[in-house]
Amino acid sequence: MFSLKTLRTGVLISLWFVFLTFPLMVIKVDPLERIIQWRWKNALLVGIGTFLIYLVVQYLNYRKEHQPPAKVEDTKDQVSFIHKFIADPIQRKLLFGGLLVIAAIFPFVVSTYQTNIMITALMYVVLGLGLNIVVGMAGLLDLGFVAFYAVGAYSYALLNHHFGLGFWEVLPIGGGLAAIAGILLGFPVLRLRGDYLAIVTLGFGEIIRLVLENWSEFSKGPSGISNISRPGFLGMELSLEGSILYMYYIMIAFMIFTIFVVNRLQDSRLGRAWIALREDEIACQAMGIDKQKTKLAAFSLGAFWAGLMGVIFAAKTTFINPASFTFLESAIILSIVVLGGMGSIVGVIIGALVLILLPEYLRALSEYRMLAFGAILVAMMIFRPQGMIATVRRTYRFQKK
Amino acid sequence: MDYFIELFCSGLSRGAIYALIALGYTMVYGIIGLINFAHGEIYMIGAFTSFIVATVLSILGFPLLAIVALSGVAAAVWASAYGYTIEKIAYKPLRHAPRLSPLISAIGMSIFLQNYVLLAQTSDFLPFPELIPDFEFMEPIAHIVGSSDIVIFITTAVVMAVLTYVIKFTRIGKAMRATAQDRTMAMLVGINVNNIISATFIIGSALAAIGGLLIASHIGQINFYIGFLAGIKAFTAAVLGGIGSIPGAVLGSFILGLTESFATGYVSSDYEDVFAFSLLVLILLFKPSGLLGKAETQKV
Amino acid sequence: MSNPILQVSGLTMDFGGIRALNKLDLDVHAGEIVALIGPNGAGKTTFFNCVTGIYTPTAGDVLMTRPGDKKPISLKGLKPNYVTQKGLARTFQNIRLFSKMTVLENVMIGRHCRTKAFILGAVLRNASTRREEQQIAEMSYSLLEKVKLADLANELAENLSYGAQRRLEIARALATEPHLLLLDEPAAGMNPQETQALIELIREISSDGQAILLIEHDMKLVMALSDRIYVMDYGKKIAEGNPEQIRTNPEVIKAYLGEDVDA
Ligand SMILES: Nc1ncnc2c1ncn2[C@@H]1O[C@H](COP(=O)(O)OP(=O)(O)O)[C@@H](O)[C@H]1O
Ligand SMILES: [Mg+2]
Repeated sequence: MFSLKTLRTGVLISLWFVFLTFPLMVIKVDPLERIIQWRWKNALLVGIGTFLIYLVVQYLNYRKEHQPPAKVEDTKDQVSFIHKFIADPIQRKLLFGGLLVIAAIFPFVVSTYQTNIMITALMYVVLGLGLNIVVGMAGLLDLGFVAFYAVGAYSYALLNHHFGLGFWEVLPIGGGLAAIAGILLGFPVLRLRGDYLAIVTLGFGEIIRLVLENWSEFSKGPSGISNISRPGFLGMELSLEGSILYMYYIMIAFMIFTIFVVNRLQDSRLGRAWIALREDEIACQAMGIDKQKTKLAAFSLGAFWAGLMGVIFAAKTTFINPASFTFLESAIILSIVVLGGMGSIVGVIIGALVLILLPEYLRALSEYRMLAFGAILVAMMIFRPQGMIATVRRTYRFQKK
Repeated sequence: MDYFIELFCSGLSRGAIYALIALGYTMVYGIIGLINFAHGEIYMIGAFTSFIVATVLSILGFPLLAIVALSGVAAAVWASAYGYTIEKIAYKPLRHAPRLSPLISAIGMSIFLQNYVLLAQTSDFLPFPELIPDFEFMEPIAHIVGSSDIVIFITTAVVMAVLTYVIKFTRIGKAMRATAQDRTMAMLVGINVNNIISATFIIGSALAAIGGLLIASHIGQINFYIGFLAGIKAFTAAVLGGIGSIPGAVLGSFILGLTESFATGYVSSDYEDVFAFSLLVLILLFKPSGLLGKAETQKV
Repeated sequence: MSNPILQVSGLTMDFGGIRALNKLDLDVHAGEIVALIGPNGAGKTTFFNCVTGIYTPTAGDVLMTRPGDKKPISLKGLKPNYVTQKGLARTFQNIRLFSKMTVLENVMIGRHCRTKAFILGAVLRNASTRREEQQIAEMSYSLLEKVKLADLANELAENLSYGAQRRLEIARALATEPHLLLLDEPAAGMNPQETQALIELIREISSDGQAILLIEHDMKLVMALSDRIYVMDYGKKIAEGNPEQIRTNPEVIKAYLGEDVDA
């Protein structure tokens, strides 16, 4: 499997990486104390690490090449286990029922701390599903998703602070404002080619953040807004634990609602148009689809979802400042969609849970979190562009004539 | 009036730095049609490498001239090595993938490199050694134009001249232009397209590294995050000039540098970065082909 | 005689310095099969792109008279989706299917411009949306039966053979209920049996009264189907007539075989 030649190439590549990473990994200087630290161990680690990764990649390539090519009839077998499992209505009901029961009793089994982490994870599930509409289905690479999240969060924070409006009142307002922001931005920019769209949305996200940071009279600048009200339950103020519990159930309900909506959209006339647009814009227009209108629907719907989650975020943390809305936040959500599988609902849910819960529970790894997110984006594009759980298209049954 | 000239000069040196970075974006875009999102990080790695080498050499007691020369060469060599490797890992396997794939890969690469430098070095701002001394002959006008402005300006001019020569008159330059025009055709006439793409990444990265060295010693500090903003701004400059066009990138960079300098000088420095981003959004909306770029109809 | 469905006059298209179309005139009448032929690079695909709104022509006009209308409407400068909505649908020379969608869904996309449901309809799935979806699916399926792809309805489009992909493109275009169907080299890459089946398919489509304008290199197909033929070279029309006239036209033979061959 590994010939002498591949091994030799592996060694050479490892040496190259040792050279490449030498100044940054091995040398560390302290310019004030004028101390040089030589970390030779790192060179060894890079060399060995590169060699192992090289072997794994070679092995994967070898397997790919020696697998018989899939025939048309086989495509059904490639559908992931989960999709096969839920294709059967009884199994699906059992699975969903089971998950619902687990979700319902979860906060009583674990500590408040863990419930809180789960709330965060659920928020990322919903954010991921929202971005999935834009990136996964419609193929619009939106790198400024976090800007709409910020619009929602600041809507609640400011309306609560100045006018004392409550969570449930602001929830639709926050979503609506974000959707309007999405339409206002989308109108001009959705004409742009895909890669320019990515950069413009990135620029827009940064503009929003910079304005929030510098326009202190409006947003209180970098120090942010604190003492935002938590959602009240039937007019009652809740204890901290009580409100975390409440927040958890709100998020569960919200996630179910989101899954319901996205699932319906995906096999609708509009959802098909999004996917067609992603696949081939020119053919799509030639089939009579209004490109602008269809893109705008996806873009503003995604923004709407981000806005709703922004309101929830502000209510959960009771404190927000511009630092919560950096490009990295957009990048994390994008990683969730890419890892899970663009366009795939099940994939995005699993992707969010993996990417958010794993670093929380493996504290040792949390330092490497962003490094891993970057690597995931690259590796997924190269080795598995369809994501962990590829999406499946709906099948139709007809009576033969 | 002095203030105006001061802003003008600082705008020019800003523009010169942007130009060094913007060229990498534009050359790569011209050849493979990819926005190399990780290019800002190459610039950051160039700055970091020169920082490390310069500090080591200065601790070891090397003379200033040797420090400048060696750290400059090291920055260019390693930045090129990174550029070359990144292309091989993250872009080459995706040459025939859907258009968004290499872009996502590039974004991933950018995040990865930032955090790699963060973990391998530090998240703090590091003081960058002063590589450009204050020249004595500059003293009478030092309140208007700094010595480093002059050095930045001259270095950039020399680099541009060399680059122009390489692209216009050398074999590799001709092959690059041919590949940019029509990759299939270039392949048919026997140009090794893979090598040309690698060469483009190497040259672009070396330019960015020189830019990194210059700006770091001008500003006096660096950290792992400087590539993000510089990258976006240089990209703005490249788009302003017309992405894919080399003179366009230079023109766009100077326009952006001057705009920023005057805007922060006369309007407000709080919104320094907002100007650049707004300019980017406006150009893409109203003239996505830029000042010197050519609008193309996609062949169907 | 009533207005032609499609009436193109003086159509000109420049790309930088290249004049890809030079004052081209062309008509298609109801129920006709018209062929547009010419050597590679003559500008045939560019003609389709200009007519369907993908390129905006430099000069000239594209008029369309829909059955029942008295006056023609101009399609020049309209966006492609409006052109399709007005009743012109096309296939592409280099197949442009939605490869990650199923065969049936590809055809369902063609129904988009004849249906209405939007965000609310999709989420609420009310009675009218369900009815609409049902009609979209059924009509798409019957089109698949017509092009003999019904068995593969739930396969991904990218898994189809070349010939099947070309037929799917035809079904997708038909789903938009066009008054005029434009086919860009429908037989390219097909073997003789597939081409024969295609000839029969086009005949069948035409027998329902569908007007067709087709670009094709396969002379057997062109001669078998066309009522009239236009020949172009270097962006210009060089001949026009019925198959017999074209077969014996010296200009055409020269354009196809080169100058130095005695016609
Ligand atoms: N988007 C475009 N930009 C520049 N030239 C084009 C474009 N589209 C077509 N052409 C040119 O127009 C001419 C006609 O091409 P085409 O219409 O594809 O020919 P045909 O379909 O008859 O083979 C060719 O020289 C081609 O290179
Ligand atoms: Mg053609």
